[in-house]
Amino acid sequence: MLILSCPFCGERDESEFVCAGPARAPRMTLAAATDDAWVDYLTAPPNPKGVVRERWWHSHGCGEWLIVERDTLTHAIHATRGARHEHD
Amino acid sequence: MQRYSFFNLLRHAATGHRSWQPAWRDRPLRQIYDVIIIGAGGHGLAAAYYLARHHGISNVAVLDMGWLGGGNIARNTVTIRSNYMRDESIPFFVKSVSLYERLTRELNFNLMFSQRGMIDVIMTPGVLRQIRRRMLAMHLYGSVYEPMSVAELRRRVPALTGGGPGSRLPIMAAMLHPTAAVCRHDAVAWGYARAADDLGVEIHQNTEVKALLRGPGGAIAGVETSRGTVSARKVIVAVSGHTSTLTETVGLRLPLQTYNLTAFVSEPVKPVVDVVVNCPDLGVYVSQSDKGELVIGGALDVGQSFRQDIKQGVFENTVAALLELFPSFRRLKLLRQWGGALDFAHDATPIVSKVDIPGLYVSAGWWGGFKAVPAGGMTLAWLAANDAPHPLIEGFGLGRFRHLDYVIETGTTSSR
Repeated sequence: MLILSCPFCGERDESEFVCAGPARAPRMTLAAATDDAWVDYLTAPPNPKGVVRERWWHSHGCGEWLIVERDTLTHAIHATRGARHEHD
Repeated sequence: MQRYSFFNLLRHAATGHRSWQPAWRDRPLRQIYDVIIIGAGGHGLAAAYYLARHHGISNVAVLDMGWLGGGNIARNTVTIRSNYMRDESIPFFVKSVSLYERLTRELNFNLMFSQRGMIDVIMTPGVLRQIRRRMLAMHLYGSVYEPMSVAELRRRVPALTGGGPGSRLPIMAAMLHPTAAVCRHDAVAWGYARAADDLGVEIHQNTEVKALLRGPGGAIAGVETSRGTVSARKVIVAVSGHTSTLTETVGLRLPLQTYNLTAFVSEPVKPVVDVVVNCPDLGVYVSQSDKGELVIGGALDVGQSFRQDIKQGVFENTVAALLELFPSFRRLKLLRQWGGALDFAHDATPIVSKVDIPGLYVSAGWWGGFKAVPAGGMTLAWLAANDAPHPLIEGFGLGRFRHLDYVIETGTTSSR
């Protein structure tokens, strides 16, 4: 069971959260993107044996969206922060 | 190949069982082959067998980082079924089930194939609608789903005493998939390995492929292994959750994510459940092995993962779901748990495809591909031999992503 650190609620159990999958890079400008790059962006998130960036939603808590950096081999969590300023 | 038969068993008994041949040979690793198959699991070994049997290509090496059949073919819940949703999937899985039905005889290896049927236990209108829709799609392709009353369900599975009128989610309907089966997973790997070895295929265990290699023209040239470089003009990748890790060594990114799916078994008990019981609403399924162990699986863990253990929360949720249906199982002790790193494609349909690198073929995204082993191996061999997809896997090509023309499959895991 993971323990995620919510910026408002502190350390909370994984069961309070919904994992919403990989956190993507900022959406690319369609006019500038090639077809291949666009398909890659849509369908092929990084799949490393190592650290992934994910979005988690504190649905049973404060409702904040988080960006979590988690290791796919160890489940170690390297960073957690609120997602609201992610692409500022 | 020394055939297994009652007569041979008697003959060897007379000599104290000292003259049985090994099921496959250990041979020196050569530097060049016609085809290299990475991954001595179900799909890899089946592809090797069908390459030799159907296409006459036996100068083949199957390489595995561990031991033969030690990956996801050893880490599944042995359920074989064809209750899929999409036009692209159903005929493929119908074929796979029919190949399994004949496989014990074909491989001369007892797979302990038991076509006992699977019953979906349904608790919510949404799942009922989805499964009825699947039933209609399946009937177009000769796969069968038969509606079953709750009374009949209780008669067929007396141990299923939960989900009554007073429970949180009362059972509202059931659906029988009569051709679903279970069999012995190790025997599938061993049977294919033995038959492929007999046809001249070499199986090299403890030979980890570190990287794929491209030639000067960009085509595939071979692989870099822990035992040196091995060359081939055709390379098949059949390594489940590790597919993208391997293809990224030649810069090929694939629309795959790797997840952790787990299962566990109870202590052996007398026969208590003689079908596969699956409950999509609760996210649990169970069958009983020939040894008497209850084989229990649940939903996959959230988030990408390459782990091979089970997370406590997933474990507890699955047990709670099981006890909701079978309260009497709460006194059972659990013996073993395991997990597999399995990959699934962006649209949850498998990828069996050529890629942009000539000579490289990928079989991935099975998200639990045990049921697909015979047809997956047969069509993968066809793909590599003809450099063109078998008609059964035309919908499984990578081109579908290029056109954002997904085949969104809902029947991939039984617990969803």
